[in-house]
Amino acid sequence: MHKKTVAELSAGLKAKEFSSEELTQVFLQRIADLDKELNTYITVTEEQAIYQAKKADKKIAENTAGTLTGIPLAQKDIFCTQGVKTTCGSKMLENFVAPYDATTVTQFNNAGMVLLGKTNMDEFAMGSSNESSYFGAVSNPWDLATVPGGSSGGSAAAVAACLAPVATGTDTGGSIRQPAAFCGITGLKPTYGRVSRYGMIAFASSLDQGGIMARSAEDCAMLLNTMAGFDEKDSTSAKIATENYSQSLHSKVEGLKIGLPQEYFAEGLDAQVGQCIEAAIKEYEKMGAKIIELSLENTSLAVPTYYIVAPAECSSNLSRFDGVRYGYRCQDPKDLTDLYLRSRGEGFGDEVKRRILIGTYALSAGYYDAYYLKAQKLRQLISNDFTQAFKQVDVLIGPTTPDVAFKKGEKSDPVSMYLSDIYTIAVNLAGLPAISIPVGRIKNKPVGLQLIGNYFNEAKLLNIAHQYQTITDWHRGIPEKFQ
Amino acid sequence: MEWEVVIGLEIHTQLATKSKIFSGASTTYGAEPNTQACAIDLGMPGVLPVLNKDVVNMAVCFGLAIDAEIAPYSVFARKNYFYPDLPKGYQISQFELPIVGLGHIFIEQEDGSKKRIGITRAHLEEDAGKSLHEDFHGKTGIDLNRAGTPLLEIVSEPDMRSTAEAVAYMKKIHSLVRYLGISDGNMQEGSFRCDANISLRPKGQEELGTRTELKNINSFRFIEKAINYEIERQMDILETGGVITQETRLYDANKNETRPMRSKEEANDYRYFPDPDLLPVEITDECKEKIRQSLPELPDAKQQRFVNEYQLSDSDANALTLNKETANYYETVTKKIKDPKLSANWILGEVSAYLNKENKSITTAPIQAEMLAGILQRIKDNTISGKIAKEVFDAMWKGEGNTADAIIDKKGLKQITDNSAIEGIVDTIITDNPNEVAAYQGGKKKLFGFFVGQVMKASKGKANPAQVNALLKQKLD
Repeated sequence: MHKKTVAELSAGLKAKEFSSEELTQVFLQRIADLDKELNTYITVTEEQAIYQAKKADKKIAENTAGTLTGIPLAQKDIFCTQGVKTTCGSKMLENFVAPYDATTVTQFNNAGMVLLGKTNMDEFAMGSSNESSYFGAVSNPWDLATVPGGSSGGSAAAVAACLAPVATGTDTGGSIRQPAAFCGITGLKPTYGRVSRYGMIAFASSLDQGGIMARSAEDCAMLLNTMAGFDEKDSTSAKIATENYSQSLHSKVEGLKIGLPQEYFAEGLDAQVGQCIEAAIKEYEKMGAKIIELSLENTSLAVPTYYIVAPAECSSNLSRFDGVRYGYRCQDPKDLTDLYLRSRGEGFGDEVKRRILIGTYALSAGYYDAYYLKAQKLRQLISNDFTQAFKQVDVLIGPTTPDVAFKKGEKSDPVSMYLSDIYTIAVNLAGLPAISIPVGRIKNKPVGLQLIGNYFNEAKLLNIAHQYQTITDWHRGIPEKFQ
Repeated sequence: MEWEVVIGLEIHTQLATKSKIFSGASTTYGAEPNTQACAIDLGMPGVLPVLNKDVVNMAVCFGLAIDAEIAPYSVFARKNYFYPDLPKGYQISQFELPIVGLGHIFIEQEDGSKKRIGITRAHLEEDAGKSLHEDFHGKTGIDLNRAGTPLLEIVSEPDMRSTAEAVAYMKKIHSLVRYLGISDGNMQEGSFRCDANISLRPKGQEELGTRTELKNINSFRFIEKAINYEIERQMDILETGGVITQETRLYDANKNETRPMRSKEEANDYRYFPDPDLLPVEITDECKEKIRQSLPELPDAKQQRFVNEYQLSDSDANALTLNKETANYYETVTKKIKDPKLSANWILGEVSAYLNKENKSITTAPIQAEMLAGILQRIKDNTISGKIAKEVFDAMWKGEGNTADAIIDKKGLKQITDNSAIEGIVDTIITDNPNEVAAYQGGKKKLFGFFVGQVMKASKGKANPAQVNALLKQKLD
């Protein structure tokens, strides 16, 4: 049961092959048995899960169930859940219980999904390896010595190891796609504004976007149907009509124009990863797609631009964690300054502090024009590259990451860690939708293919990803230890 | 040396919305601490601001009223600093692209002429909460009810050259926002407060002197005292060859002095940047026109109309239109009694004297417009004299009756217009004062007033003065 996709589970529940409660018990048991090694969950919500499962079973019995009713789900611990701890992977929020639900949480609750728990993540979503979590690193189910990627590492590893059929993630610079690639699952980052950010603890507000980590593109489409749409609580969510993302999955890709950005195949890309990507492109060619090589000439500016914009916004977003109203407060503060300095000094980890410092510096008087303002201009150039590209092609394809999952502790130098997001970051700066799908394995380590779509064209993206998954089965691979 | 004073004001006026600028929480004043602060006002993790559209309309209203440029595209920015009553660690404000650009108003100067005061900009922002230092031994309490209250910050050009001009400007803005109905202007509740930038320079010098900023002055009386104190302080320093330190100073109303709050060296770098949680505010010409159509008559236009329609002097018209309530009061009375001059005299005389004495506003005056009109009506139809009318007014103010007629009846104040009755009194007075009669008839014509006074006294002020005059003249001359 645990290996099934959401689509298969939905059919099984509908046909009453098993109940939601039985299904939920299976996952809770697997978490209890297997998560010690992986550390994918920060909080497991057993009681709530069983309660929700029973409620779902009632709905199924009464024939009032939707397609997602009774399907278990893991939420990244960045989405606020009323009455359940939301830690954001930080000591700062170790015991924080939000008084409200994030819009995403409400949406899945209303759809009748069952919350299994809250997944591990890099602290405040800052990291590419899940090693910055206050609650400890997460292991990659394909090779426990390697990282699952980050920041949505807990969600990715949980889905890969079948400790949840599907999970949410958030993506600010690749935090859904990179861990999806490392863990061999499918991860969708929607267009900026497609999904509400309300209740999703902010890292970099102009880049953050919630999304889905699943076994297949089909599953992503099913969840996106519930998750997408305008939210009056989020001014940056788009008032653009949503589509039925499941309906268009089966369109043929014949005649599709696929762009290959030459910069994504240049120096720095691991040769074997490159071969897997080439092979995937061949599959699309076989299905009748047309391959067009093109250039996104400002690609090299993406990482430096991102590391001004994201820290600048984070330095401001994280100011609210001051020990005054909620969250970690230091012992016996001497005075107000001491309260601030020690609460923040003790409550935040190194990577968070590093980014707050970078961001504060970039926004400071005298540096603002040279850093923040310049970064905003570069951001526009990067977006323009994509706009030009989409005049020629329907979708862009390339590797999600330059290499497969690296060993824990291997990238102790922050810059080398930052460079592992080289292919994903530009997408966030431009606000485009993208998906990572598994297209091979090198020495049992998964390789991800990234497909980048035009604004609000998730339907096309999911369709193209799904078509690949109908003729291949890389997405069905499950690590041996977690069969 | 002769010094020139240069003053610029930053006025924070609270906009009269039901809910906060970025959340649905109520803005009602005076609730129990922290009962009007929702998750958004508390700066909980993950919450997002949503702009209250009413504040945009109100800001546009103000901009149109001061003949300012309305930005077709304005941006909210974050002003970053740490303070316990600032929940997010930043205040959402506007920085580079404010909603209202360059505009101006006119103030009335002491000699009656008008002076143009430039307004650099007006921008929208949220208020912070309140730190409470009393009642918490060695600790500070925080009340976030105020957090997120919408403010319009109105920044003037350094165009004022005296305390009187600064006060006139502040009063004019106060009047304007209340005319527009965008703020209740309640100073006690902090809905209208002001920071003053003050500097001195030798008369004739172009370059501005070093300025100090006086923070958070919340009454017309205090602003006068605070600025005067600060001018004196700066002048003393400059006259003795000292230099002014650029700093923020706090006015202490109890001690009537200003003292430094923080100097520029420790000034915050606010690290402003556009708030990525909010979209830019776009205002189309259509929207601007719609708001323009809905604007009420503004103080300057009303003043001009009062001059034209009621033949009032500029200064009377100005005084009557300073606030909308007084102007309405005046027009109600005038329409009833059809005597614009009489009602102006009474409102600027008795009514405003009583209001000042009791520190009341015209809306809470015990004598409302219709009631005053009733009194004045009785002057006009000769039921009472002007002097008796003051007695009626005083009685009515004290609550001794709701209508002029009731008080006149109760107190027997009705004017004596029966000629034979007056004649009787006149005769008695002439008989009783033979010496004065002789002196008058011998040429001391000034004594006429003595006889009038005696008759009025004998009639307890009720004899019709015109008839008294006529009869006395007839009998004595």
